[in-house]
Amino acid sequence: MSVFFSFIKKESRHIIRDKRTLLILFGMPLIMIILFGYAIRNDIGNSKIVVVDEAHDPYSAQLIAEINASKYFEVSRIVGNEASLNHEFQQEKAAIAIIIPPDFSHRLLHLKTAQVRLVADASDPNTATILINYATAIVHQFQQRLFPSAAISLYIQPEIRMLYNPAMKSVYGFVPGVMTLILMLVSAMMTAITIVKEKETGTMEVLLASPLQPPLIVLGKITPYILLSFINALLILGFGILLFQVPMRGSWFLLLAECVLFTLTALSLGILISTTTSNQQTAMMLSLGGLLMPTVLLSGFIFPLKSMPVILQWFANVIPAKWFIIILKNIMIKGAGWHEVWAETGILSAMTVFFVIISIKKFKTRLS
Amino acid sequence: MNYNSSSIPAIQAESLTKEFGDFTAVDAITFQVEKGEIFGFLGANGAGKTTAIRMLCGLLQPTSGSATVAGFDVFTQPEEIKKNIGYMSQRFSLYEDLTVKENIRFYGGIYGLSNEAIKEKTGILLERLKLHNEAGSLVKRLPLGWKQKLAFSVSLIHDPAIVFLDEPTGGVDPVTRRQFWEMIYETAYGGVTIFVTTHYMDEAEYCHRISIMVNGKIVALGPPSGLKNKLNADSMNQVFLKLVRQS
Repeated sequence: MSVFFSFIKKESRHIIRDKRTLLILFGMPLIMIILFGYAIRNDIGNSKIVVVDEAHDPYSAQLIAEINASKYFEVSRIVGNEASLNHEFQQEKAAIAIIIPPDFSHRLLHLKTAQVRLVADASDPNTATILINYATAIVHQFQQRLFPSAAISLYIQPEIRMLYNPAMKSVYGFVPGVMTLILMLVSAMMTAITIVKEKETGTMEVLLASPLQPPLIVLGKITPYILLSFINALLILGFGILLFQVPMRGSWFLLLAECVLFTLTALSLGILISTTTSNQQTAMMLSLGGLLMPTVLLSGFIFPLKSMPVILQWFANVIPAKWFIIILKNIMIKGAGWHEVWAETGILSAMTVFFVIISIKKFKTRLS
Repeated sequence: MNYNSSSIPAIQAESLTKEFGDFTAVDAITFQVEKGEIFGFLGANGAGKTTAIRMLCGLLQPTSGSATVAGFDVFTQPEEIKKNIGYMSQRFSLYEDLTVKENIRFYGGIYGLSNEAIKEKTGILLERLKLHNEAGSLVKRLPLGWKQKLAFSVSLIHDPAIVFLDEPTGGVDPVTRRQFWEMIYETAYGGVTIFVTTHYMDEAEYCHRISIMVNGKIVALGPPSGLKNKLNADSMNQVFLKLVRQS
């Protein structure tokens, strides 16, 4: 035991004395959470809208006022005709435009079916769709207020409720995502690098020539990282909950236990990488390309998996991060318990066992 | 069977062989090293020296043959061997970002020394190397010669019966090399067997006996003076060149 302890002491000294490691360990989560929390979000607010008001009457004025009053839009210009519209879009003066035709009031009052046209900048399709939906909703509200019941009696009026995240805050999705990313980064990449570093400097050979058992060497090296990953997870959770009001509806115990499990998954991947190379640079590239990229792209963190080609969706199933994000979201945001996440937990555990077995096999063949 | 009180040789190798696929890195080497001897293990780069050392240290499983180190079998008792040997690798084997004292503590710790033993050893070691003033400085700030001497001392921290030095003086200036060899003599005088590889031929003269390896085989074995006589050479350098040209 004292052997193990002196190993951990030494490893902690390495970490504390390496400014770059410290920066990655604690600077990275901080920067990411702040970036994703404040800057990178796909909530849309105060988008610029250009109004082409060809009607110029009290009703159109009222509609414009209502659009401007919504928190989603900010009327940037009101013009008389749509000749300059293309120009407005190109100059980024407008993300969307609404065109109110000259006979707007007339049709509204006498024919009961008026038309407005919505034109959106679909060079960013996601944003365009969202803006169109918001604008449509505003138009609906407007007509409902004008004709409380009669005019739309034949419509099926859906009542929409956004479960778990009524304000549709994207930070709800980012906190689990960032946590996954950081745990993967710290646990997998840092352990791969720290083990490979000993090979590169030649100290690994001396350790192997000592009576220490190889599993003890690996365990001694990764233990401080398990602790650090856990601290990191708590840090991110703290930030998310205190700063961004991300809810924590499920059990803390279950959440933290899942964090430990995912840390182990990532560590086993890190060890696996360290067995394949004896060069820090390669270890870093392997971790970035082989682990971080899929974690960012194929875990559902940033890009929804549902809209990907089927093959990629299949591929996503072998990415541990996908399952961890599902678990995190379920526990934190939906308040799910063990009954709802046991299957995903099982998959993660199986993956971990699989990686550990392969790394042990590889580590052994390297020695004989 | 107690190695210290017995007459078992420090190292005994019999047709020890290591193959990597089709390539035979070490080809049936047979030799014996006596207790307290300074045994020079010579050979060009790629001759198989490092592979041979790794087998003897329990780092690599031999393909065939047999060998004992400090009385323990390399096939079946690698763990026992590891407890009884010191190893200093070709590359500098201390942690540059730890201080002198921390390195000593760490290596003492992994060999299972008690805290008191480590403290005592640290004192003796620092005294011997006159490194007292540098105990708290990071190893990377030390000059290369000091680092090598420190690495050698650290490899002896658990009082091993045999110490393996794999090219310990690579890149070190002649004065420091000289001092290093004085340390080796002192250690051997204390009863520790020294197994050392080098490609400095002047260093070979310092050894009690040497073996020369070419292409995985031992082509010459004996005291430096004997080898010089046998091959009609003035220096070890000539001995080496003649042997390499022959094969």
